[in-house]
Amino acid sequence: MEGVIQLQRQLVEYRTSLYNEGFLDDQFIQLQQLQDESNPDFVVEVVSLFFEDSQRLLNELTKALHQQSSDFKRLDAHVHQLKGSSSSIGAQRVQKVCIAFRHYCDEQNTEG
Amino acid sequence: MNLGGGETVKSMSMPNSSVSWKSGDGVTDQFPAGLRVLVVDDDPTCLMILEKMLRNCLYEVTKCNRAEIALSLLRENKNGFDIVISDVHMPDMDGFKLLECVGLEMDLPVIMMSADDGKNVVMKGVTHGACDYLIKPVRIEALKNIWQHVVRRKKHEWKDFEQTGSVEDGERQQKPPEDADYSSSANEGNWRNSKKRKDEEEEAEERDDTSTLKKPRVVWSVELHQQFVAAVNQLGIDKAVPKKILELMNVPGLTRENVASHLQKYRLYLRRISGVSQHQSGFNNSFMGPSDATFGSISSLSGLDMQLPAQSLATLQAAVLGRSTTKSSISMPLVDQRNLFSFETPKPRFGEGQQQQLSNNSKQINLLHGIPTNMEPKQLANLHQSAQSFGGMNMQVNSHGSQSNSLLVQMAQPESRSQMLNEINGSHRIQSSMGQPIMSNGCASGVLARNGMANNARGTLYNPLSQASSVLDFSVNHGTDLPGSSFPIGGNAGISSLPSKEMLHEDVISETKGTRGFLPSYDVLSELHQQKSQVWGSQNVGLTYETSHHANMRGSCDVSPSVIVQQGFSSIQNNGQNRSAMGKAVFSSGQESAHGNVPNISQQPNTFLLDNLLMVKAERFPDASYHNTIFAEQLGQEDLMSVFLKQQGDTGSVESEFGFDGHHLDNLPV
Repeated sequence: MEGVIQLQRQLVEYRTSLYNEGFLDDQFIQLQQLQDESNPDFVVEVVSLFFEDSQRLLNELTKALHQQSSDFKRLDAHVHQLKGSSSSIGAQRVQKVCIAFRHYCDEQNTEG
Repeated sequence: MNLGGGETVKSMSMPNSSVSWKSGDGVTDQFPAGLRVLVVDDDPTCLMILEKMLRNCLYEVTKCNRAEIALSLLRENKNGFDIVISDVHMPDMDGFKLLECVGLEMDLPVIMMSADDGKNVVMKGVTHGACDYLIKPVRIEALKNIWQHVVRRKKHEWKDFEQTGSVEDGERQQKPPEDADYSSSANEGNWRNSKKRKDEEEEAEERDDTSTLKKPRVVWSVELHQQFVAAVNQLGIDKAVPKKILELMNVPGLTRENVASHLQKYRLYLRRISGVSQHQSGFNNSFMGPSDATFGSISSLSGLDMQLPAQSLATLQAAVLGRSTTKSSISMPLVDQRNLFSFETPKPRFGEGQQQQLSNNSKQINLLHGIPTNMEPKQLANLHQSAQSFGGMNMQVNSHGSQSNSLLVQMAQPESRSQMLNEINGSHRIQSSMGQPIMSNGCASGVLARNGMANNARGTLYNPLSQASSVLDFSVNHGTDLPGSSFPIGGNAGISSLPSKEMLHEDVISETKGTRGFLPSYDVLSELHQQKSQVWGSQNVGLTYETSHHANMRGSCDVSPSVIVQQGFSSIQNNGQNRSAMGKAVFSSGQESAHGNVPNISQQPNTFLLDNLLMVKAERFPDASYHNTIFAEQLGQEDLMSVFLKQQGDTGSVESEFGFDGHHLDNLPV
């Protein structure tokens, strides 16, 4: 029991720190509120779904970036999608990075 | 309790009902709950979150990640949903197209959402008729209020009813009270019904009876739309008032409000199309005519249509309405049949009548002979216009069109979906390819006409297209002997036929090309008529322009294609887009060569189209399956390709295909 309580506490602390550092934002709180008895693993499901989806997106991005002449439009589309997903689950940092990424795309800045 | 289900639960048990009544004010407690929502988004994460949130709001949620699936769900179950929430950026179909489609076909409130909060995107949502726009991440509070859109829309419908003296009027107004009913009879999931009336029986009636007053939501079938278009054409688009239209239509159970709201949509559609090009409006008329053979207005159009070819594409476009100038020589014979082309005649209005004409145009084949080249552009133009105006209406008309043997008829085929798109595409195509307005018009109209025909359902948009296609077909048919009114495919056949014809005419050739291109694209759209393949095979003449067109088409294609495309999308969504894109390209290329400017299509993927057109054209002809061939080759642009492919390939299965998106260009029969 002790162990469990400790783990729980750690979890809470970790989560709080994530919030503080800006990794997560309010949306995540909403997500947590959505979870209830009828759907106890909701948050877990959503987050895993997010990971899968973003992994796919990141792969696409990597591939596109490695090309000689990157197709910025496609890149932009991918990043846009990632941005949408991350904002939906409250991954604030990821979302912000996506925004920056998109700016680079607009400027056709491969380096960025 | 788990209110996930929403409605049913409430009435059942105390806890449930208490839950539903939790809102506090007894009247509408139940109401928002049980709302049937359809969510469309390609992002699985977001989809899941939304679903959960909506369930928490006690709504009934159905989710899907592809627009085509959503469309088919909506179509299968006309009254299955109360509101649709859709994402803007989706890989298979543009969210706005879906939005338009749903709005036109099912008249459901649609909410757009996106992580993109740019002003122009939001504006786009508004102009396409979205009743709300949410920015991601979506908060549950925002979702809690979406029921207001449903209520608002219903209220409008009911109000209409009331005015018309429908029985339910009084009841309808009391939507909130009905909520209470809802809880008890919620199981139906028709809280709407309950709203309408306390009387369950009545609700059932209303539900079943689409055209009666009772039903708040009237399903604008292709026939109905054709009737509507014909009536509007008869009255004159400016003078068309719901009351008179209603009288003319003489459909039992139809209320003035239904007509009014439909008219509004139609006007919007027309405006959009005419914004693209004048021709288009012309086409619309023509389209409408052909498809609505019955309406008879077509006859007038037919005269016009004929003219189109003569006129030179340029004229067509401009003249769409009154086209007859250019090619009258050839078109004349066709004109009769063509009624469709009448689009050109200034009747942008409801092409329905025209559509019929288009259908009637089956005779268009005649057109093919003489005008083949000329008509086509016009038709295309007409088609565009018609298509545009029709947006949804044509579809209805289209169904009529299909009847006529000429291609137009074919178009009408049930492909309602494609119709719209086809038409759009058709028109676009025509325009673009036509380079010369004429060509496109002919084609477009033909195509549109065709589409209209084929698309029964979609009707409005397509009609113009079908017409175009029919026009095209005719010309083509002659040459190749189009499978008969194969237009159904949306004019692809027509278009192709036209192109073939054109080849004969030399100068037509360029046009035909346009038309041809058109056809292919149309095919996609029209799906309805697979016939296209026939046409092209022989005619491929049009192919020539492909090369030349590219340059031109792009530019010229302007508007029409874009317009059409949009239109197409809405209606067809899947197919349409592709087609239109293709259509445009095709047209543009065709036109370019011919005249050098396809005024309309430029907007859309001109380049895309051009390529597609060229490719398509060449391919299409040889292959009946237009869709495939065309797409495969050129389309560099997926859309076109799929569109074409569909068209071509669909010779038989047009209907179901709409989802071309990624069709198969590979089959292009080149």
